[in-house]
Amino acid sequence: MQSLIHLEKITKIYKIGTIDVHALRGVDLNIQPNEYISIMGPSGSGKSTLMNIIGCLDSPTSGSYFLENELVSTMDDNKLAEVRNRKIGFVFQTFNLLPRASALHNVELPLVYSGIHANKRRMIAEEALEKVSLSDRKNHRPNELSGGQRQRVAIARALVNSPSLILADEPTGNLDSTTGKEIMSVFDDLHKAGNTIILVTHEKDVAQHADRIVHILDGNIAEDIQVNNH
Amino acid sequence: MISTLISLWENVLIALRALAQNKLRAVLTTLGIIIGVLTVVSVASIIAGLNKGFASQISALGSNTLFIHKYPWIMKDDFFKYRNRPDITMKDAEYLIKHSQLAESIAPATGTSRDIKFRNNSLSDISVAGVTIEHELIEGYTIADGRYFTQTEIDRDKPSCVIGWEIKEKLFKDINPVGERIKIGDVSYIVIGVMDKRGSLLGHNLDSEVYVPIGTIFKNFGSRRGIRILVKVTSPEMIDEVKDEIRFLLRVSRKLKPQEEDNFSINQQEMLTNMYKQLTGGLYTAAFGIGTLSLLVGGIGIMNIMLVSVAERRKEIGIRKALGAKRRVITFQFIIESIIICSVGGIIAIFFSYLISLVIDKVTPFPSSVPIWSVFMGLGFSTFVGLFFGIYPARRAAKLDPIECLRYE
Repeated sequence: MQSLIHLEKITKIYKIGTIDVHALRGVDLNIQPNEYISIMGPSGSGKSTLMNIIGCLDSPTSGSYFLENELVSTMDDNKLAEVRNRKIGFVFQTFNLLPRASALHNVELPLVYSGIHANKRRMIAEEALEKVSLSDRKNHRPNELSGGQRQRVAIARALVNSPSLILADEPTGNLDSTTGKEIMSVFDDLHKAGNTIILVTHEKDVAQHADRIVHILDGNIAEDIQVNNH
Repeated sequence: MISTLISLWENVLIALRALAQNKLRAVLTTLGIIIGVLTVVSVASIIAGLNKGFASQISALGSNTLFIHKYPWIMKDDFFKYRNRPDITMKDAEYLIKHSQLAESIAPATGTSRDIKFRNNSLSDISVAGVTIEHELIEGYTIADGRYFTQTEIDRDKPSCVIGWEIKEKLFKDINPVGERIKIGDVSYIVIGVMDKRGSLLGHNLDSEVYVPIGTIFKNFGSRRGIRILVKVTSPEMIDEVKDEIRFLLRVSRKLKPQEEDNFSINQQEMLTNMYKQLTGGLYTAAFGIGTLSLLVGGIGIMNIMLVSVAERRKEIGIRKALGAKRRVITFQFIIESIIICSVGGIIAIFFSYLISLVIDKVTPFPSSVPIWSVFMGLGFSTFVGLFFGIYPARRAAKLDPIECLRYE
């Protein structure tokens, strides 16, 4: 198995009251290192659930999930936290920065949880901020930054632990189209630099940036296509 | 290990940042803790002050001396029961002097108060102590100027006197009193000595006294008066034995039947110390009671506010968990926060106790100082409360589902 991500018959069933909701109905998916892939689907399709499972925020009801040949689908809370910390960089629609902390501290946060020493941490975080051209804003708090800048801080935070994959959930959803384009070009550059990127989106324009688009519908993969628009 | 230490420090910083955001709330939350610690530490410092004061107040009694009085120092029964007792008389004293084998020395003592006068200066209502030659040893008198009585002066009831330090200062000013005559009441006495400074005994100023041979008191100021008897014991270990002997001798001398109660009291410093210890023990118990209660109430307040804080910061918890914070780390973060709130309360309380103690020291006659053990205890208790009442909210925070938390706005 050379895949970065290998999903096998993943199902997820939520219980709402007495009703079982089948969010995922046996998804198989392989993602190779350095792929640039979009996951699309309307709301309620199960794409958020899939993203949560890929992001190790949630465990599947059944099926196996291997991340870099490591079986993560049966891991407990603490193990999953460790995997998230080491292997996954999250970028969220609503940025999810700590409002009271400076940009630099926000970027440092994953390093805090991997137990890296303060001086080294600061150095790595500053480097990451430089990659998203925000060195001059490192001491600003999120509310002193524009939406685009906030999302770039979030991207720096996602990069800082050199993760195996970057998982971006509607990264342009809260941004105007110009800023959105800027952010997407950041992702394009990251991909060129060798990162694996998974975009979860319902916007076609955004999805088009990827080399591969996976459509989710009613808890199944409806379509899995390679695109070559570059 | 190193990463644990790092995360400890990280968590302290995180907690301080979070608290700085809500200073007023943090202080209000910790009010219960402040009151609890303040109570305990203040009472401890007041008692520490009282201890010092009390020790110096009763030190003049001496731990090796028994005091035979008509009344006990601490009355457990009705006063009238003691009032009907016969007075202690010179006859009792003489009997003891004649028969006691164990006492180092025995001295009758009595006193009155009179106005005293030197030329045109006078002092009113001065204690006049009737003493014997043994008093010098028993009470540990030292003479600053002149001399103490001779046996002859005591035996012959000579009208000579030794005056206290303050009497000299007030009555004689720059004149050397030795050899001068003063009037005690209407009787003329010659001053033969001045006593060294003696301090005070239970609020009674020992330097404002005049000492005269005991016989002259009976002769000049009335013979129908009760006396007390001082019994000096060679060492503290002997005190109980001597007490038994004295009691036996007095009962024999007073012809008491076996079923009759003593009609005299043998007092000692220990009685006052014991009573004092009971009193302060009660104070301590009360302070600990109030303190514990406040800490309990304060702790519940802390728990409440920590639960609110956890609910408010679900988003933050979600972010931290998504970025790799384990349960343990989140638990730790919130416990540290709770401990810091409480310790800050403890520190504030100790600061105020220090102020209170300073005020007491300046304003009241009691010395007061914050004992160091109470500082550590105050801090220890408040930290413990923070830890104890922080555990539940922190565990709740740690168990939150990151997906739910991230969705929370």
